[in-house]
Amino acid sequence: MKLVKNSAGRLVPEKVNNQKQIPFKGIGKFKPKGNKAKPPIKTCADYPADGNKVVKNLKEALKKAGLKDGMTISTHHHLRNGDVLTNYLFDVIKEMGVKNIRWFPTASFPCHQHLIKYLDDGTIHHIEGSMNGPLGRYTSEGKMKGVGVLRSHGGRYQSIQDGEVHIDIAVIAAPTADMFGNATGDRGKSACGLLGFALADSEYADKVIAVTDNLIEFPCYPWQIQGNYVDYVVEIDSLGDPAKIVSGTTEVTKSPDRLLIAEYVAQFLEDSGIMKNGFSFQAGAGGTNLAFAVYLKEKMKKNGVKARFIRGGSTKYLVEMLEEGLTDYILDGQTFDLEGVRSMRENPKHVNTSPFTSYNYHGKGNFASMVDAVVLGATEVDLNFNANVVTHSDGYLLHGIGGWQNCLFSKCTILAIPSFRDRIPVIVDEVTTLVGPGDLIDVIVTERGIAINPKRKDLLKAVKGSSLPIKSIKELYDEVIELCGIPKKPKVNKNKVVAVVKWVDGTLLDSVFQVDK
Amino acid sequence: MSTKSNIAHAGKRGDKVRSDCYIEIELKKSGGLKIDLKSKVDSMFGVSIQEQIKEMSEFFGLKNANILFEDAGALPFVIAARFELAVKKLFPGIDKDFLPEFNKKNLYKTTKDRLRRSRLYLPGNEPKFYPNAGLHKPDGIILDLEDSVSPTEKEAAQLIVRNALRSVDFYGAERMVRINQLPKGLDDLKFIIPHNVHVILIPKVESAEQINLVEEKVEELKKIFKTKNEIYFMPIIESALGVINSYEIATASIYNCALAVGLEDYTADIGVERTNEGHESIFARSMIINAAKAAKIQAIDTVFSDVSDMEGLRNSVLEAKSLGFEGKGCIHPRQIKIINETFLPNEKEIDKAKKIVLAFEEAESKGQGVVSLGSKMIDAPVVKRARRIVKLAEENNLLDENWREVNSLMV
Repeated sequence: MKLVKNSAGRLVPEKVNNQKQIPFKGIGKFKPKGNKAKPPIKTCADYPADGNKVVKNLKEALKKAGLKDGMTISTHHHLRNGDVLTNYLFDVIKEMGVKNIRWFPTASFPCHQHLIKYLDDGTIHHIEGSMNGPLGRYTSEGKMKGVGVLRSHGGRYQSIQDGEVHIDIAVIAAPTADMFGNATGDRGKSACGLLGFALADSEYADKVIAVTDNLIEFPCYPWQIQGNYVDYVVEIDSLGDPAKIVSGTTEVTKSPDRLLIAEYVAQFLEDSGIMKNGFSFQAGAGGTNLAFAVYLKEKMKKNGVKARFIRGGSTKYLVEMLEEGLTDYILDGQTFDLEGVRSMRENPKHVNTSPFTSYNYHGKGNFASMVDAVVLGATEVDLNFNANVVTHSDGYLLHGIGGWQNCLFSKCTILAIPSFRDRIPVIVDEVTTLVGPGDLIDVIVTERGIAINPKRKDLLKAVKGSSLPIKSIKELYDEVIELCGIPKKPKVNKNKVVAVVKWVDGTLLDSVFQVDK
Repeated sequence: MSTKSNIAHAGKRGDKVRSDCYIEIELKKSGGLKIDLKSKVDSMFGVSIQEQIKEMSEFFGLKNANILFEDAGALPFVIAARFELAVKKLFPGIDKDFLPEFNKKNLYKTTKDRLRRSRLYLPGNEPKFYPNAGLHKPDGIILDLEDSVSPTEKEAAQLIVRNALRSVDFYGAERMVRINQLPKGLDDLKFIIPHNVHVILIPKVESAEQINLVEEKVEELKKIFKTKNEIYFMPIIESALGVINSYEIATASIYNCALAVGLEDYTADIGVERTNEGHESIFARSMIINAAKAAKIQAIDTVFSDVSDMEGLRNSVLEAKSLGFEGKGCIHPRQIKIINETFLPNEKEIDKAKKIVLAFEEAESKGQGVVSLGSKMIDAPVVKRARRIVKLAEENNLLDENWREVNSLMV
């Protein structure tokens, strides 16, 4: 495998799974010309006039869709760690004797370790999506036949629009659907919130199968996936385990150190002046991020400040802010708990968004860059503010990118992270894998202090005189090293790329190498 | 060296263990050192852990042994303490201590009358809580050898606490250790006196004699280790007898800096339930405050044990403050901020203090011997208290340093 150095100085392969690649050229530098990919022409005469597209089972639907060796099958992570459908889907594909599938999920979860046997026996050739937990370990040890491709949610949309990934069959889990294929995620026993991650697939795939465990009479309204894109509807007993699809409640962290970090983040928004009437922010569902929202809410109330919009992953904490009038809107990308699902279903100001509205590289703008501040996590951050979310410092692939890369474009990107975890430094000299270029990362908030990217002179000036512990990233690094010692770099085989990290524009940002055991 | 058995272990193992380690040493007649390293941070720190184990083995003269090391990300000061304990179990008579390098950041001193609003208890055998404890800005950190350590872990805790005093940065917090109840507590002293401990908390004190015993032992150890820094005592009174003897205890040593009350044991001793209202302990608390003030030292309240009830904590601090306490114990870092804030003077107190200070300064500049505010005469202790409040307010950004000028402009 021939490797070249990209503009970030990282080694990336010229070809991945026999497809030619473009090395990263810099932020906003790569602008492909020409037209977007086109889905095939369909004719309504080929579909039942009575609108009934229900077929008897998934095997039948796959057969009708023309499933064969080497195809690309897409799935979506709405059902999160409660997903039973994807595992069942590959049980059926295996039973049909089909091989070398390119699996194109929006994300994978630990429940998908069920699929390792299909990676072993050649049913699945490789994964383009995220490789979490056991699948990450499997990939890192060089056991997958092809090379894994890691994309952000926005990058996935871009790859479909560019034609880089052509989806043969999209299988969409639909917590509620009608016979025509109109589908929604906000109702039904497997309700998950929204289906935005499947939007591009419904529009661009050759064949679309909607699988539901709550088939209702036409019309399923309001719908999130339009039935006019759907070829077949399949009814099964259960899409998944509701308790693992959304948690009943999401809980704020109890760790005093993480609460301290969350408190610093909220104070940073206040002291820097970002928190003001009409502002916007985004925070995920991690324990630290939830706590941040709780602290910020207190500050907003105290100062009489109201936000124009909050971007979710929504949780009960954001829903409370909406219902108490502390924000005009929630623009939601996914719902993490039952309160979020309820609010999305009932409240017109809790708006259903997708990677198209929020993250799309080939859109005429997107929401992510309009957000005043976003609070994210990371596995590593280095002295140049470069950050990693996909591998740990031991070289193992453990997480996907999700919307993380796309969110870096907000006006103020804050990484809220512990400075070390069980002797493993999170502030390092150089990231193991580059996933977020430091130019887009503005503030690092740790329990030991806050480092502001020296390029953000405006932010440095804004917090002058604040009681926050502002330090340089080097000071934070030195403190961590004094505690933990200097870690050795992981032993990897530089000749064997097991996965690549795409930038939001489809270029190659970095490679993940096989870990030497 | 004599050995009891040829195999010994120390530390913690299991799936739930974090930032700690387990060590098993089996002595052999030959074959050199064989290290079986199972570390969660192997790829990053495996080499340095091996080096640390070899260095310690050499220090203790361990030549032939099988060493099993299970590690969940223990920091070097923890590894050192665990290893030393295993060695000391093998050779009970060994007279050698493996001391980690003394972190220069830990050389700071304390003063007898410093602020002691919040003091955070850290269990002696739970080192994972140590490195970040100071970041929550308690006035003091207590490394606890007493109630939070089970009887089987006492030796382990002594070594962890000793190593922590040397190497962990507590970010300026006063460095306190709670020793065991006497007489056992006297054995704890040699693990802390040479390592810049600031305050020794003496639990379950009932007589002045107990304080004298500690003082004698501390003086003896200070001579042996050539320790120069001042070490203060905070007796904790936790029984009916202790309460009755509180003045004699408070005045037993010039090194007493504060008198604290412990209500869990006290209420048990008088045979009542401890309540949130605390009527049952009003006598004990008032007695201890009175004894402390008579001895011109600080009075410190017990802990508030419901860590999820922040409003209850705030009320409890307000009550303690109104009675005359100057500090309170914390069992969770999230309690610190509320305790520190609430013990600070409020707006009304600051306003009154400012007026008194201004009146005093004016009288002084005019050479008047008597200070008065309006028609009221002001005594020297009142001025002293007002000055302390103003200083506290200035230090905590509640009052601008130039308030005198701002004040005169407004007048």
